[in-house]
Amino acid sequence: MTTRLPPPGKKDPVARTRAPTQPPGNRSREAQGLTAMAAVGRFALQVCADCGQVQYPPRQVCGRCLGDDLPWRDVDAMGTLLAETKLHHANDLFFRDRVPWRLGVVGMDAGPSVVAHLAEDCRQGARVKLSLNLDRGGHAVMNARPENPGPNQEDDMQLRELSMDPKDRRVLIVNGKTELGLALTNAFLTAGAREVYVGHGEPWKASPSLEAIKSLDHVTLFPLDVTDTDSVEELAAVLGGKVEIMVNNSYHLRPGGAVDRMDMNITREEIDIHYFGLLRLAGTFGPPMRARGADGEHGACAWVNVLSAYAQINNPAFGTYSASQAAARSLAQCLRAEMSSGGVRVVNAYIGPLDDEWHQMVPPPKLAPDMVAGRIIDALQKGREDLAVGAVAEEIAERLAENPKEIEREIKL
Amino acid sequence: MARMDYSGVAVCVPVTVPYSRYSLRSAHWFCGRALAELIKGAGIVKDEVDGFCIASFTLAPDSAVGLTQHLGVSPRWLDHIPMGGASGAVALRRAARAVQCGDAEIVACIAGDTNHVDSFRNTIASFSQFANDAVYPYGSGGPNASFAFLTDHYMRQYGATREDFGKLCVAQRDNALATPHAMMKRPLSLDDYLNARPIADPLCLFDCVMPCAGSEAFLVMSADRAKALDLPFAEILSTIERHNAYPDDPIQIRAGWAMDVDGFYDHAGVGPGDIDFLQAYDDYPVICFMQLEDLGFCAKGEAGTFVREHDLTTGGDFPFNTSGGQLSVGQAGAAGGSLGLVESIRQLTDQCLGQVVEGAQIGLASCFGMINYDRGLCTSAAILGRSGR
Repeated sequence: MTTRLPPPGKKDPVARTRAPTQPPGNRSREAQGLTAMAAVGRFALQVCADCGQVQYPPRQVCGRCLGDDLPWRDVDAMGTLLAETKLHHANDLFFRDRVPWRLGVVGMDAGPSVVAHLAEDCRQGARVKLSLNLDRGGHAVMNARPENPGPNQEDDMQLRELSMDPKDRRVLIVNGKTELGLALTNAFLTAGAREVYVGHGEPWKASPSLEAIKSLDHVTLFPLDVTDTDSVEELAAVLGGKVEIMVNNSYHLRPGGAVDRMDMNITREEIDIHYFGLLRLAGTFGPPMRARGADGEHGACAWVNVLSAYAQINNPAFGTYSASQAAARSLAQCLRAEMSSGGVRVVNAYIGPLDDEWHQMVPPPKLAPDMVAGRIIDALQKGREDLAVGAVAEEIAERLAENPKEIEREIKL
Repeated sequence: MARMDYSGVAVCVPVTVPYSRYSLRSAHWFCGRALAELIKGAGIVKDEVDGFCIASFTLAPDSAVGLTQHLGVSPRWLDHIPMGGASGAVALRRAARAVQCGDAEIVACIAGDTNHVDSFRNTIASFSQFANDAVYPYGSGGPNASFAFLTDHYMRQYGATREDFGKLCVAQRDNALATPHAMMKRPLSLDDYLNARPIADPLCLFDCVMPCAGSEAFLVMSADRAKALDLPFAEILSTIERHNAYPDDPIQIRAGWAMDVDGFYDHAGVGPGDIDFLQAYDDYPVICFMQLEDLGFCAKGEAGTFVREHDLTTGGDFPFNTSGGQLSVGQAGAAGGSLGLVESIRQLTDQCLGQVVEGAQIGLASCFGMINYDRGLCTSAAILGRSGR
C-alpha cells in the first residue's frame, strides 16, 4: 500500500521555493526511441526482425544475431523484481533533492533485465508491471509498479514526479465556458483537483455551461480574453503563482479555405486566438509556472494545449483554421523545450471534430466533450505528452505515419 | 593447442605513488611519477623502458599516445587498456607475452588517475552509452546503486548477512593499519560498519570505496634481465581474462573467473589450496564474495560461511587483501585494478610496506571492472609465485 500524500497546506511566503532541476538527460539517438514510445503511452522495445531477440538498452545492432533491423514493437511489460535498493545519497542534483529514492532491477518476461524506478509497495521477488514514462526532463524512463496496485498508488512520490496528476493541484482552464470547458472542469474536480479557475472571454455572453460552472464548488470564474494582452497579463498577475496545470482550450472554428473564402478578418481572428493567444499565455504564465516546477509535491507540472487534429495535416474544408492550429502546434513545441528546464511538461491533445454547432456540416464520428476531457485527465495521470483523441484524430496519426502524401490528397475527414 | 607458459618472465619493482583524496595534479603526473619510481627502483634510465601499458580514466583528452610525448619516451610497444578495475592482470599478461616474444624488453605497466573535485562526475558522464541511457536517469550516478542491486540479490539468494560483509571489511581495515599510504587508517569495528550511514540499501558507508588520486605500477622483463639488474622478482604461473561472461544471467551472481577457473589452475599447476594469499578486487564486498566462489575457494553461495570460518587478516589462516585493499587504501581510479597485483609482487619479493604474509610462496591477484550497464563486464586474474621457490 502506498502512503497517502498529505493535502497541500498554505505556502510559507518566507520559505525559498526550491529551484527546478532535471534528471540526467544525456541520451543516445537510439534511446530517444523509448521517448517516442513513452510520449504516446506505448510499452515498446526494439525487437530484432531476424531473430526476435528483445533488446534493452537500445542499440543499433542485435546483441544476439548482429542483425541491424531493430523495429520498435509492443512487448510484454510483465517481469519479476530481481533486486531493489533505496538510494540515500545521490550526486545528481535532481535526485539529491528527492532522496530517498527507490530503484530496482526487473527481469522481464520478454528477456532483458532493466533498471527501473520502483513503486513504494514493490518487493524483491514480486511480479511487477513496467511502463515507459517521461521524466521531468521529458526523457523516457522505465517505471515498475505492482501487478495489482494497492490504494493511493497515485500518491507514490516517485510516480508523481513522472506523472502530472491533477490530484491536489490548481488548474486554469482557458476558454472554460464551452461545453468542453465544462466537461474539463468536472473531470478535473473528479480527479481531485484542489481548485479550478475558469477563464472566459465575452462575459456578457451567457451559455448553459456558464450557469453550470457557476454552481460548482472549488471553481472560480475569471475574465480572460486571450486576444487582449492586458487581460492576460492581469490574470497572470493574480493566478500566475498558483496555476499548476494550465489547459489552453482556446477554440475558434470557422469553415473555409484560402481560395474559396478569402476572408482576412476570420483568418486574423483564428491566428489571434490560436497562435497569438498561446503566445500571450506562454509569455505571462510560462515564467511563474516554470519557476514552480519543483515547488514540492504539488508544484507546477503541466501545460495542456487542446489542439485540432488538423494541426498536423490541413483539412481544406477548414483550411485557415487548420493553418492557425499548425502555427499553435509549432509554438507548443517551442513551449515544450522552454518549459522543460522547469520540469513543466507540455501535453498536446489532438482532437477530432467536436459534436458542436460549428461542426454541424461535418459527418460523424464526432466527439462528446466528456470523452475528450477524460482522455486528457488520463494522459496527465499516465504522463503522456501527445495524444490523439477520437477515431478521426487516431486515423490521421496513423495515416500520417504511413504516407503523408496520401492523406494530403484524400483527407475527407 | 596448449597454452604457452610464462617461463623466463619476471615481474618486479612494485611502485605505489601515494594516494590523496583530491589532487590538483593531472593523471599525467601520477603516471609520470610512477615511471620515475620504476626506473629509480630498477636502476635503469628512461630509454631502457621500451614498452608501456597504460590504464587511466582521467588522461582525457589524451591517451597513452599523448602520454609518450608528455613523458619524453619512444617505446616500440604501447598499449592503452580501457578496462578500469580489470586492467592489472590484463596489463601483466600482455606485457609478459611481449617480453617473451621479444617485441619489448622492459614493459612498464602503469595504472593511475587523478581526482579533482569534478573528476568523478566527468568520468561518470562519459563512462558508457548504456549507463547514460539506462542507469543514470534513475539517480544512480556511479556504481553504488549497481552494487546495491548485486548485494541485495546476493543476500536474499544465498543468505549472506551484513555481518558477513562486515567481517571482511573489518579484517581489511586491520590489514590497512600498517600500510603507509592507506587513506583509512582508523580501526574499524563491526559496530562501526553496521551503524554507518546508509548509502544505497543494503550498502552503507564502509561498503563503498573512496575515490582518490594515485597510481600503481610494476615492470615486466625477462628473468635474465631482472637478475642482471639484481632485482627481486616474482614469476607468473598463469593468467586469465574474460569479458561479458554469462550475458544471459538476469542479474550478476558470478563473473568471468567462473568460466576460466579450471584452466587457470591447470595452467598454473596449482590449486586453490596452494594459494598463500588472495588479493581480490574489492570496490564493494559482494564482489569479493563472488571471487571467493568463482576462483574455487568455496562453492557458489557459500562465501558468507567461508568468511565466518576464516580469519582474513594478514596474519590469519586466509590472508586476504593484505594491504587493506581498496576499501581501506582507497580507489585511485584505474589504479584500483593494479593495487592487488602490486601488493602481491611486494609479498612475493619481500618488499612489503605493511604487514607480511609469513612464508608466502604463491599468491593470487584478481581484478574486476567496468559496470557498463547492470553488471561488471571485465574480469582478470593472475597467479604469481616467488622466484626460485
